[in-house]
Amino acid sequence: MATLLLIARRFGFLFVVIWAASTITFFIPRLSSVNPVRERFAELARLGGYNPDDLERIVASFSKQFGLDRPLWDQYVDYLGSVLRLDFGYSLNRYPVTVTELIMQSLPWTIGLLLVSTLIAFLIGNLLGAIAAWPRAPGWARSFSTPFVLFMGVPPVLMGVLLLFFVGFRLKLLPLGGAYSIGLVPEWSWPFAMDLLRHQVLPALALILGSIGSWVLTMRGMGITIQGEDYVNFAEHKGLRGWRIFKDYYLRNALLPQVTGFALALGTVVTSAIIVEGLFALPGVGTVLINAIRANDFPVIYGIVLFITIAIATIMTLMEFLYPLLDPRIKNQ
Amino acid sequence: MTITATSDQMQSPSRIRRVFRYLRRNKSLGFGLIILLALVLFTLVGLMVIDPKDAYPLSAPTRRAPSWAYPFGTDFFGRDLLAVMVVGMWQTAFIGVVAGGVGTFIGVVLGFTSAYFGGWIDSVIRVVCQILTPIPVLLIQVVVAGSLDKRDVTIFTMALIVVMLAWMAPTLVIRSQVLTMKERSFVSVAKLSGVSDMGIIFKEILPNLMPFVAAAFVGQIFLAVFASFYLAVLGLGPLREPLLGNIIWLAQAQGAFFNGWWWWPVAPSVGMILILGSLALINMGLDELSNPRIRKSE
Repeated sequence: MATLLLIARRFGFLFVVIWAASTITFFIPRLSSVNPVRERFAELARLGGYNPDDLERIVASFSKQFGLDRPLWDQYVDYLGSVLRLDFGYSLNRYPVTVTELIMQSLPWTIGLLLVSTLIAFLIGNLLGAIAAWPRAPGWARSFSTPFVLFMGVPPVLMGVLLLFFVGFRLKLLPLGGAYSIGLVPEWSWPFAMDLLRHQVLPALALILGSIGSWVLTMRGMGITIQGEDYVNFAEHKGLRGWRIFKDYYLRNALLPQVTGFALALGTVVTSAIIVEGLFALPGVGTVLINAIRANDFPVIYGIVLFITIAIATIMTLMEFLYPLLDPRIKNQ
Repeated sequence: MTITATSDQMQSPSRIRRVFRYLRRNKSLGFGLIILLALVLFTLVGLMVIDPKDAYPLSAPTRRAPSWAYPFGTDFFGRDLLAVMVVGMWQTAFIGVVAGGVGTFIGVVLGFTSAYFGGWIDSVIRVVCQILTPIPVLLIQVVVAGSLDKRDVTIFTMALIVVMLAWMAPTLVIRSQVLTMKERSFVSVAKLSGVSDMGIIFKEILPNLMPFVAAAFVGQIFLAVFASFYLAVLGLGPLREPLLGNIIWLAQAQGAFFNGWWWWPVAPSVGMILILGSLALINMGLDELSNPRIRKSE
């Protein structure tokens, strides 16, 4: 019963967060003097000749079709309902396509890049951090993590520019961008898969190098705290071997705070990945967002922002339920 | 009533000497300050030497590789990238200091009110912070910046957009510090001897809180520079201005690497790395200074 109540409370909080985010993305654009529909059609009109009356009529009929002429409150209630159905409306730029379709087409690319790079950074960073804090590790192994800590302040997108310059442009080892080489047709074949992989290496590397440092730092701090604990001293005096202490006493205890840190870092990680995607012109959510910004495609911008916010808040809530599995001391009271 | 009173009495070497000695020990603070100083010098000397107009399009021959005449090269639109770096650094510093300052100020005021007075004010501020924390600030800033008329986006509005959602972290830090400070004996003594609320806040608590405020300020400058850079890289910056993020966005949009104009995105990237790197180092150093628990022994 108590557990159920806790779960209900967590999900209640999740709904409040989603409500707050949707309210912000609903009202902020409407506070501004810019009318997205007019902006978009005025841009189209500039490209060809136009009649100002016609432009106004198009804008009026569009507003009517999307219900933009109705009272604000009605629109707001409708909007909240459609957000819960993950329906973010239509793209202005590629009209019959909905925002959700655009997101779903590009999402696999983003998830793939994020998953691989985050896992690698998490594993390497935590291992290096634990080694750096471990007094019995050889000196060279402990100083191995220093360069990564120095990279910490560098946003992944800048790392990406430097990687593009050194590895892609100077050494010509890896491609400069895009999802696969121009001229190749997507197919299930070995050469195409290799080509795809080669295009993913630099963006992934940019994300990994940019985020290893913070894992190293937090893990090292944790390791230093654990060192002074009585149970570690006891284990050493008991004659346990180094590896055993390292694995069962260091890593095990630091795991929970690191997973919490992971949940907190999620927002930054996702935003970084989106911008890196844009830099490398991968067909993920980031490139869709940048193109939408360039084309004044407002529903797509707001839809992507809201979608990512909901996804992150949901993942954070779900991760909280993992804690009791990771740490037996927490039994959801 | 400040803690430094005792350490002043036993001071033997001169103050500056001690600062230098401390900086040698606190390497990240030292390095960070050196890089920052170099950047400030570069910007100040640059502002005197170059013509800021050269940072705008059509002021130089286009697409020149770095040479003696144009040390950082020129871009596709005819900007002298040396001038771009100088003006861009200046604008970045402006955004950082304005947004960081306002954010820290809001944070200190809210944190104090929340912790010192408690009650329903505290609950409201805490709940709002809690709800806003899981929402990725950068994405909301994308919505705000995207909703503005592109002509309205200037360096100053950029700073305001950044600060709008960047006051939560300092609020929570200051709040927790005031909560512990409130229970200390010197505050109780002051309270018992009839010092007013404002007197206690400004004369007793605030001076002891300065290290945390300073750390929060540097942290907010870092976040503000970071956020404005990300917005600019996404193409949401003031497009006319030579902000470093804008230049990288333009270079990428024109396919700079594909066309062999490597200097165009690399120069602003290195500049940005130096800015953010120095701020991150100073931030870590200040953490060490204000948190004696992780202070290294000599």
